[in-house]
Order: sequence, then structure tokens, then C-alpha cells
Amino acid sequence: MSVGAATKSEPVATPSGLQKVRTWFANPWGKPRWLKLFMWFYLIWSLAPVIIAVQFGFNDGRSRTAWQGFSLLWYTGEPDLSVWNDPSLRSALFQTLRLAGVTMLIATPIGVALAIGLTRWRGRGSKPANLLMLFPLITPEIVLGVALFLVFVYLFQIVQLGTVAQILGHITFTISYVVLIVRSRLLAIGREYEEAARDLGASAGQALRLILLPMLAPAIWASLAIAFAISIDDFVISYFLRGGAATETIPTRLYSGLRLAPSPALNAIATILLVMSMVAITAAALFLNRLRKREGAKGSAVEELARLDI
Amino acid sequence: MSGSSEGHDRRNWVWRVFALPGLIWLILLFIVPFYAILSVAMGRLDPIFNTGEPVWNPIQWDPSIFGEVLGEIFGGQLGVIFLRTITYVAIASLLALLIGYPVAYFISRHAGRRKWIYLLLVLAPFWINYLMRMLAWVNLLEADGYVNDALMFLGILDAPRDWLGGNSETVVLGLAYGYVPFLILPLFAALDRIDPSAIQAARDLGASPFRAFLHVTLPLSRQGILAGMVIVMLPMFGDYYTNNLLARSPRTRMIGNEIDLFINSTGGGARGAALTVILMAFVALLMIYYLVSVTRASKETTA
Repeated sequence: MSVGAATKSEPVATPSGLQKVRTWFANPWGKPRWLKLFMWFYLIWSLAPVIIAVQFGFNDGRSRTAWQGFSLLWYTGEPDLSVWNDPSLRSALFQTLRLAGVTMLIATPIGVALAIGLTRWRGRGSKPANLLMLFPLITPEIVLGVALFLVFVYLFQIVQLGTVAQILGHITFTISYVVLIVRSRLLAIGREYEEAARDLGASAGQALRLILLPMLAPAIWASLAIAFAISIDDFVISYFLRGGAATETIPTRLYSGLRLAPSPALNAIATILLVMSMVAITAAALFLNRLRKREGAKGSAVEELARLDI
Repeated sequence: MSGSSEGHDRRNWVWRVFALPGLIWLILLFIVPFYAILSVAMGRLDPIFNTGEPVWNPIQWDPSIFGEVLGEIFGGQLGVIFLRTITYVAIASLLALLIGYPVAYFISRHAGRRKWIYLLLVLAPFWINYLMRMLAWVNLLEADGYVNDALMFLGILDAPRDWLGGNSETVVLGLAYGYVPFLILPLFAALDRIDPSAIQAARDLGASPFRAFLHVTLPLSRQGILAGMVIVMLPMFGDYYTNNLLARSPRTRMIGNEIDLFINSTGGGARGAALTVILMAFVALLMIYYLVSVTRASKETTA
């Protein structure tokens, strides 16, 4: 109120620069400009630090705070500390890929079957089963990490801490994401096609194999890509279930490296991780987009990914 | 039609078989591990090695460790850490809401045909590793980093400030930065569902844009606000890496750090497990609230 009163008492005759700015911002029912400005500030705040971090991975010198020119020193050039020549960084890269590859190949079929089962199964037991599927998505990761650590140390002692434990852990929290992706497609497809096939004499197995799975294929490919992306992105589970230096992943290596001896090689390996994530997610988006085009849906897959209810 | 209901029953059996591998997996590697936490927390101490031993039979569980740990929380060192955690999470999640709401609001109502580009940019941090995002800030906040350079250039600081030496502000800002994207998505989903004609109606009836926002948009997005806050508070309560990277100091230690320290030390297993159970009980209310609101929302959309 007081602000409005103050501007009113100013001379009206000259539409000053300040007033222009004010009307530009306060245009009542048009596009609220300050919101757009805020949006762009947010995007810069959110993304610029990462872009700068990528840039320092290409720095031609040891500094992570002053730009000394472009080079691939920290990727391949530096004889001891670059991603390719530091055994701990190279092993972290391969460990990350190993975990993600196996996780995606096991979690996807289990998740697809679970999604089909949960959407079609009605009656007793289906509600607790749905709840069980949701829990890994909302349990704080540290709790799941501690729980899996203790179960492998004290109960399933046949599984040593290390690669196998990490893979089992990754699969556990990835399954639920696969279920979410496939389930949303299943609900969109409905049961009509399958029932039509059944009415025309197909067996349940044939209806599944010839009708449902082909219709789900793009969602299954997308699930593979997203499972891969989720696995390479994980830090907490890999951290609690690691067993020795050979089982460090890129995220756990970033963590220990940042605390002990940071060098631009960390920026370099983080950039490699970033590129892998982006490739996987782009692939997932393309698969989902193809599905949408086939169904003649409007908008883009990006919006669908954004609306994916957890 | 009678045949279809019979077929339905038969298929129902088939669908359970489909769900079986996944459910068995989740029981063995999600439910059983939780049981293991309880068994370790309420296990016994090996008298020779002074290490914790799990007790698998619930009848023999000894809950005294909870008394000990709770005693330290109410009137001990742990209490300070608990209060600190709650304070950090409260401020950081409110900050995230203040930043995230305008962003989500803009995308849902004013982005127009470029909506998907904005969404893409807002979604990007999801797939940029959290530790890389923290690494980015460590680079920026170093004594000779860009943040100090910029603040000194602007004359706000006279000498470089030690941002990474155990500052609460740095940790809270780091948490807010790290988790904002997770809050924007549910908020966007809630705001996007609001029927624009409801707002138009309020405007036609003479409400100012601000009043229309206050009395129509804001109440209708309440569900999204609460869901988003819960979504960011859950991981924040268990966070131990943000402040280990941005503060490197016991002065900013949170519950997650205590759990991490106990679990990774010999003989600390039982205490670590007990703390995890307490943390879990603490956030269980948030989780239950979230599950209830999600199932309610999905019922509304299927109805």
C-alpha cells in the first residue's frame, strides 16, 4: 500500500524510466515479467555452476578456480592423474558401467513383470503388494543403505560387500522405477486389445506375447535406459555396499576425491558421468516420444516424464 | 459374459505369478534388511571383541540401546545434532519452496508453447549427479573461486571468505540447491492440473490477480506444496554427504553423519542401527502422509 501511495504522489506528467520499468513488471493479466526473470535467474543458478565445473575438467593446468586454457590434460594427457591414467579413476569408470549394465538387464524384466502383475491383479494382496513397490521410492537412501549393509554383513553372508552386493542393492531400488514407467503405459493401453485377441481365440500367453509385449516395447526400452541412468547416478547404496578400492564407482570416487585430493581430473570424470546420463535419458525420451507419436498424443515426452507421479 | 468373469479369475492367478519375482526380491532385499536393522540394534554385545552381534529371535531382543540413544538425544550431544538437522532441513526446504514455487508456477501457466524447453532445463539437474553438483559448488566456493572473486569485485567482501570451513549457511544453501528440482516437479504437476477457468472465474468476479492467486491457485496447489516439501525433506533428513563436502567440519554434523560414522566404525553397528531406526520412525510420519496423499490422488484420477 505504502509503495503504491508513494508512486502516486510522484509527478504524473513525466513517464519516467522507473515508471516504465514498473508497468513492464506489473502488467496485470499479461505475462508476468518478473516471473520470467525469476525463472531465468533460477536456471542460471541451477545450471551455470555445473557448466563451469565441466569447463574446468578441460583446464590446461592444475587449478580448479582459474582458467588456463583448453586441453584434454585431465582426460588422457596427464601421465599419472588423468582419468585414463589414474588406475583408481579408470576402475571407477568401469565399475560404474559394470553395475549399471547388470542392474539394467536384471531390474527391467523383473520390473516389467511386476508392473503387469500389479496392474492386472485385483483383490486380496494387491494393495500391500502395491505399497511394497512404492516404499523403496520414498525410503531415505541412507536407511536402505544401512539396511542392506547390515543384511549382507550379518545374514546373507554368502554375498560379500563389493560388486555383487552393490548390484543387488541397485536392482532393489531400480525395480520400482521400472514399474512406474511400464505401469503408466499399461494404464494408457488398457485391456481392450488383449481381450479382443482373447475373444478371437488367442491363448493368454499368445495375447501377452503377440499383443501386450509389442505394445509395451518402447516403454521397456525406455525402462532399460532409465534403469541404467539411475544406477550410474547412485551414490549412497554404492557407498555403503562398497568393498575395497576396486568397487568404488564414479560418484563414490568423487566423494572421496573431493574430501582428500581434488584435481581437475574429478571434474573430467564427473563430465563423463554427465554425458553418460544425458545419453541414457535422451534415449529414454526418444523411445517414449515414439510411443506417443504412434498413439497420436500431443505435447512431448518431456512433459510426460515431468508428470511421472512417484 | 459369464465366461469372461471365469476367465478373469483364472487370469488373476496368472497375474500374481507375474508379480511374484519382483515381490520376492523386494521381500528379501527390502523387508528382510529392515528386520536386520532391528536385529542388530537390539542384539547383544560380544564380550570379547566388544562388537555387536545381531539377535534374530524377536523374543530375545534387548531394546535398552534405544533408551541409551534417546537419553543422548534428550539432553546430550546427539540432541544438538538432532536439533541442528531439523533446523537445517526446515530452513532448506522452505527456501526450496520459495525458489521452486515461482518456477513451477511460471512453467505451468506462462511458459506457453515453450513449456517443454523450460521443463527440459528444470529436469536437467535430476540427471546431473548430485555429487557433481556439489563438486561444482566446491570449485566455486574455494578461497580463490569465482564466488569470492565476484563478491570482492562488487565490493561486498574485502577479503576472500572461507565458505567451506564449516558454515551453516553454506550447508543450508547447498541442501536447498541440491533438492529444489525434486520439489519443482510435484509442484508443477499440481499447478498444471488446476483448471484455468477457475482462476478466470475469480478474475471475472473482480478479484485482483493477487487475490485470485491467494484464494484460488494457492489453495488448489496445497497438495503439491505438501507433497513437494515431503519429497525434499525425506532425503535431506538422511543426508550426510552435502555437509561433508561443503563444510568438512563437525560443527555442521547432521544425523546422517552420525549414522555414517557409527556404521563404518568397528563396534558401532548397534548404535548406528538404533539411530537409523529412530531416524526412520521420525520420517515415517512424512512417508505415511505422502503415501496416503499419493493413493488419494491416483484414486481421483482413475475415478
